[in-house]
Amino acid sequence: MLSTATKDRIRFIQGNEACAEAAIAGGVRFFAGYPITPSSEIAEILSKRLPQEGGKFIQMEDEIASMGAILGASLAGLKVMTATSGPGFSLKQELIGFASLCEIPCVIVNVQRGGPSTGLPTSPAQGDVMQSRWGTHGDHPAIVLCPSSVKEMYELTVQAINFSESLRTPVILLSDEIVAHLYEKVEFPEAADLKLSDRPRPKGPPGEKYLPFAADSLSGVPRIANFGDGFHFNVTGLIHDLDGFPTTDPGKTENLIRRLHEKVNSRLKEICLFETENLEDATTVICSYGATVRSARHAVREAGQKGLKVGLIKLKTLWPFPDFIFEKLEKKVKTVIVCEMNMGQLMREVERASRGRFKVAGVNISRGTMITPQEILEKIERAG
Amino acid sequence: MKELAEVKEHLRLEKFPHIWCAGCGHGIVLQAFLRAVLDLGLDKNKLVVVSGIGCSSRAVGYIDFDTLHTAHGRAIPFATGIKIANPSLTTLILTGDGDIAAIGGNHLIHAARRNIDLTVVVFNNFNYGMTGGQYSPLTCEESFTSTDPYGHIESPFDICSVVRAAGATYVARSTTYHALQLPRLIADGITHHGFSLIEVITGCPTYYGKFNEMANPVKMLEWQRDHAVNLKQYQILSEEERKGKFAIGLIYSDQAPEYTDEYTKLIQKAKGTARNSSE
Repeated sequence: MLSTATKDRIRFIQGNEACAEAAIAGGVRFFAGYPITPSSEIAEILSKRLPQEGGKFIQMEDEIASMGAILGASLAGLKVMTATSGPGFSLKQELIGFASLCEIPCVIVNVQRGGPSTGLPTSPAQGDVMQSRWGTHGDHPAIVLCPSSVKEMYELTVQAINFSESLRTPVILLSDEIVAHLYEKVEFPEAADLKLSDRPRPKGPPGEKYLPFAADSLSGVPRIANFGDGFHFNVTGLIHDLDGFPTTDPGKTENLIRRLHEKVNSRLKEICLFETENLEDATTVICSYGATVRSARHAVREAGQKGLKVGLIKLKTLWPFPDFIFEKLEKKVKTVIVCEMNMGQLMREVERASRGRFKVAGVNISRGTMITPQEILEKIERAG
Repeated sequence: MKELAEVKEHLRLEKFPHIWCAGCGHGIVLQAFLRAVLDLGLDKNKLVVVSGIGCSSRAVGYIDFDTLHTAHGRAIPFATGIKIANPSLTTLILTGDGDIAAIGGNHLIHAARRNIDLTVVVFNNFNYGMTGGQYSPLTCEESFTSTDPYGHIESPFDICSVVRAAGATYVARSTTYHALQLPRLIADGITHHGFSLIEVITGCPTYYGKFNEMANPVKMLEWQRDHAVNLKQYQILSEEERKGKFAIGLIYSDQAPEYTDEYTKLIQKAKGTARNSSE
C-alpha cells in the first residue's frame, strides 16, 4: 500500500503542467509571458500557483517585454522563467543574447510548433533545434534541454533552472507540442530530494573590489550580487570589462567571449544528458530526441523482435552537442539513423561527429504529425 | 539645491571622459537628475537606474548606483521586472526619444497603463544622435534630419499626452534651458507613487542643430527659451498662438492604484485561496 504522502505525489498530468510545477519546485519565483499556444498552459498555471508561493506572475505586452522582465527580475535576485512557442521564440532572441553576454540566469521554455512563420498552430514539430543554438546574433554558447515525456518535462525543467543558476547563463527547455500536451502519470520527487542550485554570490558585504564579471579561472562563473544589495554595479549589453563597464580592448573582449564558451564547453560531461538502449551489439543505432523518441523506441523494439540488432540513443541535451557519444560508438555500428520532425537539423551534427566512421541517415518529417514507428522501421530495414 | 561638489560625488569620474559631444545637453539633464536624487535624500543602495540604447542611455555608466544598460527600447521591461521582483527598490529610467517612443513605444504605454511605480526621464533631442541624426517619433514637422533631406512630413508624438492618455499619473516637461526648474520636476516624479514621466527637451548641436540652423549649443538653448511656455500661460493661448510652442511644468498629476501594491494584495488573496483549498 502506498502512503498518503506518496499518493499525493503521484499525479496524472499534462507536460505543460509538469513544467509549471517543476518551476515552482525548482525555486522560480518570477514568470513573465505572453499568450501563445501550445505553451499557454504554463503561463495559466503559474498565474495561479506563483502568488500562492509568494512569487510573481505578469503577462507582458509582448514576447520581447516578457524576456526583458525576467532578466530584470533575475538581476533583482529571483529565479526566473518565461515560456513561449515558435513565433514568440523568434521575438525573444535578442534578449537571450543579452542574458548570455551579461550572464543573467534565466530559463526560456520553447514548446515547438510547426513553422516557419505562424506555421501550424498548434501541431508538433522540431524545427527550432538550430534556432535554439544560433537564434541570437553573435558568437555565444547555448544550453538546450529536450524532454521526451511528462516526467522528463518535470526533471529537465528543474535541471534547466539549476544549470542557469550555477553557470549564470540562459538555458532553453526545447519541448514540443506532443510532450507539452501529453498526459502521463508522474511521481513527483519529495521536495527534500530535489537538488537545487543557486547562483554564486559575492563572498562578503559590498566593498571596493566587487567585480561582477571576474571569474577565478578561464572557465569560471563570476559571482553575482542582487540589485539593491549595495554593490552599485553596472550591467551592459556592450562588451564589458571585469567591472561591468564597456570596453573595446581586443584582449579583454577575447577573454570574455572565450570564458563564456569555456564555461559551458569545460562541463560537457555534466551538461550532456542522454540515455542509451541496446548499444552493446547494435549494428544500426537510432538517435532521437523529444516526442520522436517515443516512436523510435517502439521501432527499436519491433526491429529487435525481427532479429535486427538496433540500439537507441536518446538525447536529453541537444546543445552543447555531445560529440563524445558518437566518438565512442562501437566499430560494428554501420549506420546511425537520426529521427526528427524537421528536415535534418540534428542529423548534420551527427554526421559531423561521425567523422566518416559510420553512415548517417535520417527520418525527416515536417508535416505537423508525429513520425510513426513504421516509418522508422522501414528505414531500419533499408539500412540492413 | 545641492552644491556641484556633492553632485560630483555620485559620478563615476573614473569612467570619464563621457561619450557626449561638446555642446550636448545631456550633461545638464544628468546633473538635474542627480540633484533631484540627492535633494530627496534617497537610500543610494535601494536605487536602480535603467536605460536603453542611445546617447542618453549611456548616462547610467557614469552614475554610482546599481545601473543597467539594456537593449534598444527595452529599459521599461527590464525595470518592470526589477520593480515587481523587489518593490522596495526605487527604479528610475533614463532614455532618449527614439529609444522610448519608437522601438520602446509599446512598453511605454503599457507601463503607464499599469501605473507601475517607475520614473522615466526622456532626453528628447528630436533625433537619433548616436547613429548620425536620423528622425525619431518626436522630430518636429518640417525640420531636417539625416533621413529627412526634404523636410520631415510626419507629425510627432506629444509624448506627455501619449502617456497621460495611457494612464500615467505624473507627467511633466521641461528643457535644459530651464535648468533650475528641472530637478524639482524630476524629484516630484520620483516621489510620486505611480508611473511618472518627465520629458526634457535637450540640444544636439552636432546633428539636429546642424541640420536646422542651430549648429551651436547656445542657439539650441535659445530655441528652447523661445518656444517653451509655462503651462498656465500656454492654457490661455489661442490655437494660432500655440503653434510651434510647447508647455513646460507639471502637465498632469493624479492618484490611482499602483501595480506592485495591487500585486501584493493579489498575493494575499492567492495565499488565502491556497489555504482554503488545502483545508
